[in-house]
Amino acid sequence: MSQPMPSSAPVAERPAVVNDFSITVGTINGTGSQTSNLTLLRALFKMGIPVSGKNLFPSNIQGLPTWYTIRINKDGFLARRDEHEIVVAMNPATADEDLAKVVPGGVYLYADHLRPREMREDVVYYKMPVRKLARESGAPPKLRDYVANMVYVGVLAWLLGIDLDAIHAALAYHFHGKASAVDLNYKVVQMAYDWAAENLEKQDPYRVEPMDQTRGLMLTDGNTAIALGSLFGGLQFLSWYPITPASSVAETINEYGPRLRRDPVTGHKTYAIIQAEDELAAINMAIGAGWAGLRAMTSTSGPGISLMSEAVGLAYYAEVPVVVVNVQRVGPSTGLPTRTQQGDITFTRFLSHGDTEHIMLFPAEPNEAFEFAWRALDIAERLQTIVFLMSDLDLGMNHWMTKPFQYPDQPLDRGKVLWEEDLKKWAEEGRRWCRYEDVDGDGIPYRTVMGNRYPGAAYFTRGTGHDECARYSEDPDVWVRMTMRLKKKYREGRKYLPKPVVETMDGAKLGILAYGTTDPAVQEARHFLLRDHGIPSDYLRLRAIPFHDEVKEFLEKHDKVVVVEANRDGQVAQLLRMEYPELATRVISHSRSDGLPLTARFVLEGLLAHV
Amino acid sequence: MPAVNAIGLTKADYKGAPSTLCQGCGHNSILSQIIAALFEMSVRPEDVAKFSGIGCSSKAPTYMLSRSFGFNGLHGRMPALATGALIADRTIKGIGMSGDGDTASIGMGHFKHIIRRNMPLVYIVANNGVYGLTKGQFSATADKGLRLKRQGENPFMPIDICMEALASNATFVARTFAGDPKQVKALLKAAFHHKGLAVIDIISPCVTFNNRPDSRYSYTWAKKHEIPLHQIDFVPPEKEIWLDKGMEPGEIRDIRLHDGSVVVLKQVDKDYDPTDRFGAIKAIEESYKQNVLLTGLLYIDPEAPNLFEILDLPEEPLNRLTEDRIKPGREMLDQINAEMFAA
Ligand SMILES: Cc1ncc(C[n+]2csc(CCOP(=O)(O)OP(=O)(O)O)c2C)c(N)n1
Ligand code: SF4
Ligand SMILES: [Mg+2]
Repeated sequence: MSQPMPSSAPVAERPAVVNDFSITVGTINGTGSQTSNLTLLRALFKMGIPVSGKNLFPSNIQGLPTWYTIRINKDGFLARRDEHEIVVAMNPATADEDLAKVVPGGVYLYADHLRPREMREDVVYYKMPVRKLARESGAPPKLRDYVANMVYVGVLAWLLGIDLDAIHAALAYHFHGKASAVDLNYKVVQMAYDWAAENLEKQDPYRVEPMDQTRGLMLTDGNTAIALGSLFGGLQFLSWYPITPASSVAETINEYGPRLRRDPVTGHKTYAIIQAEDELAAINMAIGAGWAGLRAMTSTSGPGISLMSEAVGLAYYAEVPVVVVNVQRVGPSTGLPTRTQQGDITFTRFLSHGDTEHIMLFPAEPNEAFEFAWRALDIAERLQTIVFLMSDLDLGMNHWMTKPFQYPDQPLDRGKVLWEEDLKKWAEEGRRWCRYEDVDGDGIPYRTVMGNRYPGAAYFTRGTGHDECARYSEDPDVWVRMTMRLKKKYREGRKYLPKPVVETMDGAKLGILAYGTTDPAVQEARHFLLRDHGIPSDYLRLRAIPFHDEVKEFLEKHDKVVVVEANRDGQVAQLLRMEYPELATRVISHSRSDGLPLTARFVLEGLLAHV
Repeated sequence: MPAVNAIGLTKADYKGAPSTLCQGCGHNSILSQIIAALFEMSVRPEDVAKFSGIGCSSKAPTYMLSRSFGFNGLHGRMPALATGALIADRTIKGIGMSGDGDTASIGMGHFKHIIRRNMPLVYIVANNGVYGLTKGQFSATADKGLRLKRQGENPFMPIDICMEALASNATFVARTFAGDPKQVKALLKAAFHHKGLAVIDIISPCVTFNNRPDSRYSYTWAKKHEIPLHQIDFVPPEKEIWLDKGMEPGEIRDIRLHDGSVVVLKQVDKDYDPTDRFGAIKAIEESYKQNVLLTGLLYIDPEAPNLFEILDLPEEPLNRLTEDRIKPGREMLDQINAEMFAA
């Protein structure tokens, strides 16, 4: 097809759009575009401009289309948007699809080997000689496809005014300062920049300008945060089985472990990592470790959680501390394995057969993920139970702006563990120790751990019925007593869990309840609800299940509470109605699951529908 | 006065709750031999932990070593459970008790993988060719052609636990028979001192569901067809090896274990080399052809590194490391924060 394009037809003079638009790059999976995309993201961040980046990738190693979308927003609203002002098209297979994405008046920046079928009148076109520049860069043939992606970085730098020094800094970071890689990639950026300056005429209104809104912040992802949080929380045992999007939790622990956790005394490792044969093994290993007094964790995603369900009941009933990280992806079944969802909430709440209920924590951004990782280890040992750290793919694998991780100042909470000297003291005080006895009235018994040699310290742990002294029992009264105590422990234990965060506005009648990664979309929607519609709202961000009393109070205070979630059925809304039947009519579910992080537009629509 | 061992304990100190297994169940005699072996070796019960899955065999640990920590976990998952637990304290010796259903069906994957990791553990399969606890279904080790009351005839070839172990590069593989208590005890002692994972497949008749005289898993058949590869003695580290006078060289073979103890194999078949993995597989194959039950230490590699060494763990129990040794300092986090991409 010849070029039907009205090549850079003049677009009416428009006011500049500065630091407030989205760039979406369409490439082919496995061509190394992630380096280019992260370089853009980091360079913008380095310029002090608030940014977020979402990798919308297929379940594939090489060949399928993949997109990366960067949001630039001077006011710090960083939820994903459906509007794409600037689309970079590098993938011939999606050339038309990508063109259709561009907002009217937006930019379509495309590689010159692409042949879009129809051109749009309302779009500004720029064509890049990608292959030519890659060839001329002198890159060895096998690297050419990779450096080709740097062409759009250079062209965008010219087009938008991205600081070349910031790009260089981003590349140096990415390649750990490895000069040959930095130089080669930067050379392509520079060539593309120069080419653009020479050959293009700017016809669009989009620009970036340096700001001072990212000072003191860093860019990282939730899986890194959880890995580091657990290592600083004294993690001693990790078992895992590879699964997207959770694998990088374990891989990051593997990378940082040797540096952070060599024993100052013996030089050996103070932790063990085992890549298990499956998730059944992973959870059973972690249970063994937790039972024996190690800070134990396993990291997985939905399919792994399904496999773990029998063991989860064992940990609950035998009262074994263990942390399960669930980086949620889209189910049911294999579902959309590389897309995000908050879809495992009701399932996890009651996971395993029989009467069970579990603790869940919901971090919303990396800093909180770091904190909740070490807290989860504390909570598990304090409450002698299984704790689910509910992250998701959006948090786990995407880069977020966040404050530096905060050092856990408080000592590790190892819970009610009795060692030899403690048992000796108990004996001297004439106190009897029984494994499952509720001595303190809080439902939490005292435990000993394997290796304690004090007479009477050993006990036999079983998933079958047992009494206060861990003896086998099928007595109906004993069963009721033991399971009711578990219920009490669960209720009373709420005080160890992170409380919800409540943000209010003057005169608000409308309540919003959300959790985890929907936070940016909710924040933005609240802002526009007030600014454009004059409607103030209160917002409760849930950080743990079981619910604190604040949740009930929030429902009592608002006639309508819109519960925003990234799942089909409104899972937390379901749990709220179940927990507070008398308030159930106030709970309005506004949820959606399409595999993508929620947008503020979607949230706003839901809010407007209910005011 | 009951006999007392070197650390002043009587056999009663190694006992557990009264057994609720059937009278005559092979699992009961295995328990007696574990108790006898530990008593004779003067092992402190507090230095042992017991793990099991689900089944009559997996219930058995309740009926021994009440002074030891124990965890009766999930069906088939004993290897994983024991691995996690024992990493917490290397000074504890683990005994894992499983059944043929527990190991050769639902837990087969874990069995193979704990072998591959050479996790220090005495892994006992109390093998009766049947599911006892669920009342008489075929297990994966059941003989082809076995007839059971509500099952009809088993049309499938059995899985051989020792073959599976050898195929997975196990470092200690033994087969024995609950009706041969002396051999069971000697093998248990050797296994206890083995540095890595020791698999002992013990033919342990289920008198209730699979004890017909024509079944390979019955007392009658096993007694009649057992061919021991050798007579086994275990010599603890501190003892001198005492050799039978008049024994010809070549009829005895001793294998030194990592802690200086020695497994002495007497009256050995001259051609059998327990450090030859393929030889062991061949011998098992041969035993089926000849319709015999070949018992003894089939294979051993006393030197292979175990999981603790591979994981580079300290000798000290991990679960006793104090906070200052497991929580990195603030300056480490400052460093890491400084390495993140910042504006
Ligand atoms: C997940 C699960 N599936 C099924 C069962 C039921 N079950 C209990 S014991 C058993 C078989 C035990 O057989 P084996 O390991 O040979 O032990 P034995 O009773 O023969 O000693 C089965 C299938 C269970 N407990 N858990
Ligand atoms: S049913 Fe069989 S395996 Fe179970 S206790 Fe009785 S004899 Fe033993
Ligand atoms: Mg059996």
